[in-house]
Amino acid sequence: MAPDGTTGLKVVGTRPIRPDGVDKVTGRAQFGADFQLPGQLVGKVLRSPHAHARIRSIDISKAEAIPGVKAVMTAADMPDIPSEEAFVGEGPANFRDMSGNTMARDKVLYDGHAVAAVAATGAAAADAALAAIEVDYEVLPHVIEVEDAMVEGAPVLHDDMFTSGVDPKPTTPSNVAKRMVFELGDVDAAFEKADIVIERKYKTAPVHQGYIEPHACVAQYAADGQVQIYCSSQGQFMVRAYVAKLLGIDISEIRVTPLEIGGGFGGKTLVYLEPLAVVLSRKSGRPVKMTMTREEVFRGSGPTSGGTVWVKIGAKRDGTIVAGDAVLKFQAGAYAGSPVGPGCMTAFAVYDLQDVRITGYDVVTNRPKVAAYRAPGAPISNFGVESAVDELARELDMDPVELRLMNAAKKGTKAAYGPTFGDIGCVETLEAVKDHPNYKVPLGPNQGRGVASGFWFNIGGESSATVNINEDGTAVVATGNPDIGGSRASMAMMAAEVLGIDVERVRPIVADTSSVGYCFLTGGSRVTFATGMAVVEASKAVVNELKARAAKTWDIPVEAVEWQDGQAVPAGSNAGDFEPLSLEDIAARSGRTGGPIASTSSLNAQGAGPGFGTHLVDVEVDRETGHVKVLRYLATQDAGRAIHPSYVEGQIQGGAVQGIGWALNEEYIYDEQGRLENPGFLDYRIPVASDLPMIDTVVVEVPNPRHPYGARGVGEVPIVPPMAAMANAIQDAIGIRMTELPMSPPKVRKAVDEQAAAEE
Amino acid sequence: MAKHHISTTINGEPVEFLCSTEQTMLDVLRDELHLTGTKEGCATGDCGACSITVDDRLVCSCLMLGVEADGHAIETIEGMADGDKLHPLQQKFLEYAALQCGICTPGFLVASKALLEHNPDPTEEEARYWLAGNLCRCTGYDKIIRAVLDTAADMRGAS
Repeated sequence: MAPDGTTGLKVVGTRPIRPDGVDKVTGRAQFGADFQLPGQLVGKVLRSPHAHARIRSIDISKAEAIPGVKAVMTAADMPDIPSEEAFVGEGPANFRDMSGNTMARDKVLYDGHAVAAVAATGAAAADAALAAIEVDYEVLPHVIEVEDAMVEGAPVLHDDMFTSGVDPKPTTPSNVAKRMVFELGDVDAAFEKADIVIERKYKTAPVHQGYIEPHACVAQYAADGQVQIYCSSQGQFMVRAYVAKLLGIDISEIRVTPLEIGGGFGGKTLVYLEPLAVVLSRKSGRPVKMTMTREEVFRGSGPTSGGTVWVKIGAKRDGTIVAGDAVLKFQAGAYAGSPVGPGCMTAFAVYDLQDVRITGYDVVTNRPKVAAYRAPGAPISNFGVESAVDELARELDMDPVELRLMNAAKKGTKAAYGPTFGDIGCVETLEAVKDHPNYKVPLGPNQGRGVASGFWFNIGGESSATVNINEDGTAVVATGNPDIGGSRASMAMMAAEVLGIDVERVRPIVADTSSVGYCFLTGGSRVTFATGMAVVEASKAVVNELKARAAKTWDIPVEAVEWQDGQAVPAGSNAGDFEPLSLEDIAARSGRTGGPIASTSSLNAQGAGPGFGTHLVDVEVDRETGHVKVLRYLATQDAGRAIHPSYVEGQIQGGAVQGIGWALNEEYIYDEQGRLENPGFLDYRIPVASDLPMIDTVVVEVPNPRHPYGARGVGEVPIVPPMAAMANAIQDAIGIRMTELPMSPPKVRKAVDEQAAAEE
Repeated sequence: MAKHHISTTINGEPVEFLCSTEQTMLDVLRDELHLTGTKEGCATGDCGACSITVDDRLVCSCLMLGVEADGHAIETIEGMADGDKLHPLQQKFLEYAALQCGICTPGFLVASKALLEHNPDPTEEEARYWLAGNLCRCTGYDKIIRAVLDTAADMRGAS
C-alpha cells in the first residue's frame, strides 16, 4: 500500500460482484417478512381513524373472547417511562415520545397512530379482534400545516410543550418545541454592503422514504425472560437498545438477529412493531410475527418534514455573495424532533460566507412523527437557498455554475455551524459539471437547464469488526451493520486489500447483537467509512499476527518479516533466505504456531469527510398539462475514494431519483378531518422507470485524509440538490419560479395559467 | 369454509395445495408453499415486487387468487436459475450492480424475463415502459435498464 493509501491498490476501486448477490437474484435472501418460527402467531395493530383525539377508554374484552385470539395489548401493557432524551440515528428524540409513538397512551395524535395490538392464530381471527376492540374517542381539533400550528389559538398537541431556545421561556404551551439560531459574523451589517438582495419564501411537502419492504419482525419472549427478535432494520443494536428502554428489559436479555433490509433511507432507524411483538409474545407465550401493510407504512411510519424556508441573500454586483439569512419552520409530526437542526447547519454550507444566520423552528402537527430520510433536513433548506441563488444568478445575468464557483466552500472555509473545512471537493464537483457534455447540449423550446449544489456532513461513530482466518486461509469478516446497499462488498474489499488476498476469499457477514461488538446503526453515510475503518484495523492486526507466526516458523524477529500480496516474506537478505509463507500456509499450521488467528477492532471513528455534490438537469415543460419531463440528469459528487465505484454510482443515482420524486410528485394529501387520503403507491407516486432518463454520474475523488483509503460517505448528498436543480430548470424552461413542492402537473399548469393571465 | 384443493404447476413441478377463497396467489406462494422469493411491497398491484408469470403472462400475484392457479403453469423467481447456473438476466444484474437492497429484484427479474420473451430487442424506452409497473427506490433504475438491455443484446447474439 502506498503511504497515502490511495494508490497502488489491488482491490479497492474495482467492481467485484457483491458477496450477497446470488442470494438476492435467486429469491433466497431472507428479508423481514420472509422469516418465521414454528407456532408463530399473527400480530396486527389497531390504528386511530382520527387526527387528534383523547382516548376516554379502550375495551378489549370482546376481542379477547374471539376464538384464536391469544393476546390483546394497549399502552397499559407498556411501562409509562419518563421523559429522557435519546440520540436517534440522525436526529434528536425522546424515549417517552418514542413509546407514545409506538402505542398511544392518553391521546391519539395522527390518523394511523397505534392504539392497540392483537396476536391470533390466523389473520382472520386477528382482523376480527381488531374490529371488536372498542375505543371511546373524544375527537379534538387538529392541525396539519406547520404555519397553522404556530399561530396563537391553534390546537395544542402537548400541554407540556413550552418552546425552548427563546428567552424568556414561554409560560403557555404551544406546538413550537424549539427555536434555534446559528450565526456567523454580523449579518445585518453585511446586507448593508450588498448591491443586490434576493428574498423569498419557499415551501416543501413532507415525503415518505418509500422503501419497498414494509416493516416486519418476529419476536419470541421465553419463560426465562430471554427475548429473541428477528427483523429488518437499519441497526440490530438500535432495535435492542430501544426495545430494552421502551419495555424496561435489560439489554443482556435481548438478542436481535438482523434480516435483510429492503430499503430504509433513514425510515428504519426507529422501532414501531418490535416492542409490540415482544409484549404480545410475552402475553401469549408464543412467537409473534408482525408485518405492516403498505397503508400502515404510509399512515403509521415516519416521513420527513415538510416545511417553509424563508431565504434572503445579498451579493455584490460582481457576484460575490456577502450575506445569507434564512428562517426554517419544519413540522416534526406528532412529537418534537424534526431535522430542522441539520436543516439549519447545512443551509449555506456549500458557500464560503463570513456573515450568515439561520433560524430554525421545530413544530409539532397532527401527522406521523417524522423519521430520518437521507440527509435529514438538508434537502428542505437547500431547496430554498439554491433556488434563491439561482434567482441571484438571473438578476446578475451570470452563469449559475460560475456564480457558485466564485462563492464555493473550500479548504479553510468556516461553516456557519462551527467547523472549518479541511480537504473538501465542492469546487471539484462544480468543475466536473462544467466539463461534462450535458452542460453544453443545445436546448429547444420549453426546455430548460438547472443546477444546484448540496452538502452533507457524513458521520463516523461507534463500530466493531471481527476478522477470523479459517484453517484453509480464507477469511470471515463479521460486522454489525445491516447491508442496505452493498456494504458487505465494501467490507470484504477493504479486508481483502489489507490481507492481500482475492476478495472472493473473504466472506462478510452481518452478525446478530450477541455475536459481534457494538455498531451504531446504518445511517448518516457512516458504514463504509466507520465500520470500514474497524474492518481495516482488525485486518491489520491479523496481518501482524500472520507475520508473527511466520517469524516463529522461521525463528527470526517479527520485525524481519514483511507482508506482501498475501504472503509473509523475509524483510531483506539480512533477515534470512526463506520461501514465502502464504496465508494458506500459515493458516494450515496455525494450530502449531499458537492457535487460531483472529482479531477484533472496536472504535469510535472520527473525521468523516464532508460530502459535496452538484446536479445539472435539463427538463421540458408541457405548458398544456403541466407535466415536467426530465430530459438529462447529471450528478457529480466527491466520494473521497470510491471503494466499489458501481455502488457509489448507485447511491448517487438512487438519491437523485428520490429527489426527482420529491421535486415533481410526492406529497401527503389530507382531507378536512386530517385523514391521509393517499396511503398507497398508486396515489403517492414515486418515480418509475418510464419517468426517467439515465442518470449520469461523475465521481470526483478528493481523498478523506482520515480514512485508510480516503473514503467519504456517499449515501446522503445526492438527495440534497435535486429539488432546487429541478425548480431552476423549470424557471429556465418557462420563466416561472416555482416556490412550492411538489411541482406536480396541476401546480405547474396553474402557474402557467397565472403567467398567461398576467401577460394579458 | 372448506379450503379449495388446487392442482397447478410451479416452476415446472406439479404442485397441489389447499387455500381459502380469499387467499391471494402471493399469500399462497409465501405462506403455504414457503416460496418467499416473491415479495409483498403493496398488495395492491402498484409495486410489482410480487411479479410472477402465469402461462407466460406477467401478473402481480397479489392481484390473483390462489384458486385461479388451478390447471395453469406458474413461474416464480425460484425457477429462474437452472440449478446453480444463473439466468443471463440474474448474472447481468449482478455485474451491473443493478440492485442495492434487493427487495424489488425478484420482481424486476421476472418482469424483465417476460419482456425479453415478448420482445428480444427492446429499445430503452420500451424497456422503461415495460418495467414501469415495478418500483425500485434504491437505484434510480439506471443500472437495471442497462442490465436488461445488455442481456437482451447478449441473448440475441447467442441465439
